[in-house]
Amino acid sequence: MPSAEEEVAEVPKVDHIRQELLEEVKNQLGSAVIGEHLSPGKDLWVRVQTQKWAEFARVMKEKLGFEFFDFLSCIDWKDSPYGRSLSSAVDIELGNTEQEPPAEALSTGVAGGDTRFQMIARVYSIKHNVGITVKADLGESMAIESWAGIFHGAAWHEREAYEMFGVSFQGHDNLRNIYLPTGFEGNPLRKDYPLMARLVKPWPGIVDVEPMPEVAEPAKTTPSGASTQNPDAGGAP
Amino acid sequence: MTAQMDPQHAQYVAAQVADARVNVELETEGMTLNIGPQHPATHGTLRIIVRLDGEQVTEVDPVLGYMHRGYEKLAEVRTYPQVTTLINRIDWVGSFANEVPFVLASEQLMDIEAPERAQYIRTILFELGRIANIVLFLGDMGVQLGAVTPMFYALRDRELILNQIESATGGRFHPNFNRIGGVKDDLPAGWLQDTKSAIAKIMSFCDQAEGLIVGNEIFQERTRGVGVIPADVALTYGLTGANVRASGVDWDLRRDSESPLPYDKVDWKVWTHPDGDSFARYWVRLQEVRESCRIVDQLLDSLPSGPIMAKVPRIIKVPAGEAYVATENPLGEMGYYVVSKGGLEPFRVKIRTASFSNMSITPWLLKGAYMPDVVTILASLYFILGDLDR
Repeated sequence: MPSAEEEVAEVPKVDHIRQELLEEVKNQLGSAVIGEHLSPGKDLWVRVQTQKWAEFARVMKEKLGFEFFDFLSCIDWKDSPYGRSLSSAVDIELGNTEQEPPAEALSTGVAGGDTRFQMIARVYSIKHNVGITVKADLGESMAIESWAGIFHGAAWHEREAYEMFGVSFQGHDNLRNIYLPTGFEGNPLRKDYPLMARLVKPWPGIVDVEPMPEVAEPAKTTPSGASTQNPDAGGAP
Repeated sequence: MTAQMDPQHAQYVAAQVADARVNVELETEGMTLNIGPQHPATHGTLRIIVRLDGEQVTEVDPVLGYMHRGYEKLAEVRTYPQVTTLINRIDWVGSFANEVPFVLASEQLMDIEAPERAQYIRTILFELGRIANIVLFLGDMGVQLGAVTPMFYALRDRELILNQIESATGGRFHPNFNRIGGVKDDLPAGWLQDTKSAIAKIMSFCDQAEGLIVGNEIFQERTRGVGVIPADVALTYGLTGANVRASGVDWDLRRDSESPLPYDKVDWKVWTHPDGDSFARYWVRLQEVRESCRIVDQLLDSLPSGPIMAKVPRIIKVPAGEAYVATENPLGEMGYYVVSKGGLEPFRVKIRTASFSNMSITPWLLKGAYMPDVVTILASLYFILGDLDR
């Protein structure tokens, strides 16, 4: 993964708006900000302590004027136990890769992370036309404060994260499944939840057809093999 | 029927009338009404459980998921070029627009940019998709109020746009035309001229819709002051697109985001309306179609020559990283948060669809509305079920 320094070196443009925003967020939240990543001209990420998750939303909305709620979700950083991204043998051959065993160490994305599950959300300032993506680690209890009281739109997004990942939001007054039927077992977007259709019948991969059958032996040995294989050429005098 | 009423029966009727008077004075008993999932006003399979007090709505509980297809999970087991086929089906009425943010996010991760001509073709088809989508809304809103005629005009004129999309991409509804690094093909011969005449027809459809619907007294009575959303509430619920612009928020990602699409090269305007009611949402969308026509018209005139594909490897491998790219789709902001761990497939794709956030306001918005207005408010918010359920 390219680090922040490398990207700055590639793009000499300095992103003043996002740089100032990052300073402002750090001023407001102090030591609660434990990770940051600035990709100039593209986006800004910060990672906050789990217990400061709701405070981040409150500060962004009330102090910094980020009144637009964009989305909220969760990421499962564990590699899928069903092989690397469920690639088929054809994918691996064509992609020049090998079937890698699941990594021992947990690799997490920009702005870092220590736990398997991470919350991710995004708020936007219409006045400054800039958005900020925030992450927070989720411990074993999978519990985190709800944003629904601050950004009302988060209520549905949290219900989705609840059923898909099993995150329990504290302070959410209507935490039940939104898409899945009541009583559905499992959390489908977790990496260890199998995609049954793919397990039953492997995906053909990058090519949508099966590999061509082996060319018959006589065609290879005959010097005029082309004429026997091509009826048009053979028929013409 | 006897001319003279039996005295015993007359007494019974009088008692009933007295009872009815008492009932009017006292509070009526609440009633739960189940709208959908097979109801024409819900555009598909949305189910809404409404608690009524007389004609007034006291509680609304939308039930989603009848069309949940799990695209976020399915995208994790497909290669990047295969994902575009899948996400075409999210908003199936303007589906070209679904592909663009995903392809832009992938390009951002790979640090490549499509050539200028490809960006122009993308933008033209993006706007044609918007026209095809919103023209349907302009007709459909009439149906919700009992005026069926505009729907047929909308279907007739939308066909012209679909024909243009089909002749360029091969698909009427699911173009699958975007490639990482450009577009699949160049535009066919004579396409520019045909598109121009189709655009002219859409412009005249807009005038027709304005006369038939916006100027209609019944339409105004039913929509003005109904379903009012204040700007701050709209933003906290995450409303986007015409829904938030109808509440007076001057914000359009086409103009306001750092996008490689050439929206800054043409002259167009973002329309807003201060009222925030159902009428304003209709009016803003009508203006949006006109602006889209203007954008397409100008882009067709200034279409640059050059390649349509950047140099990309045959097997697309995206370096590790994360990117969120959103565009202003017909229904509002649609964005893809793509997480790559460096493989052939995305590690995680979070799809932010406009309808999901737009509809999350309904429990708040429909509270206190009258039952006949529920249908018009839902229609004016404009959602596509595929976009809502993903």
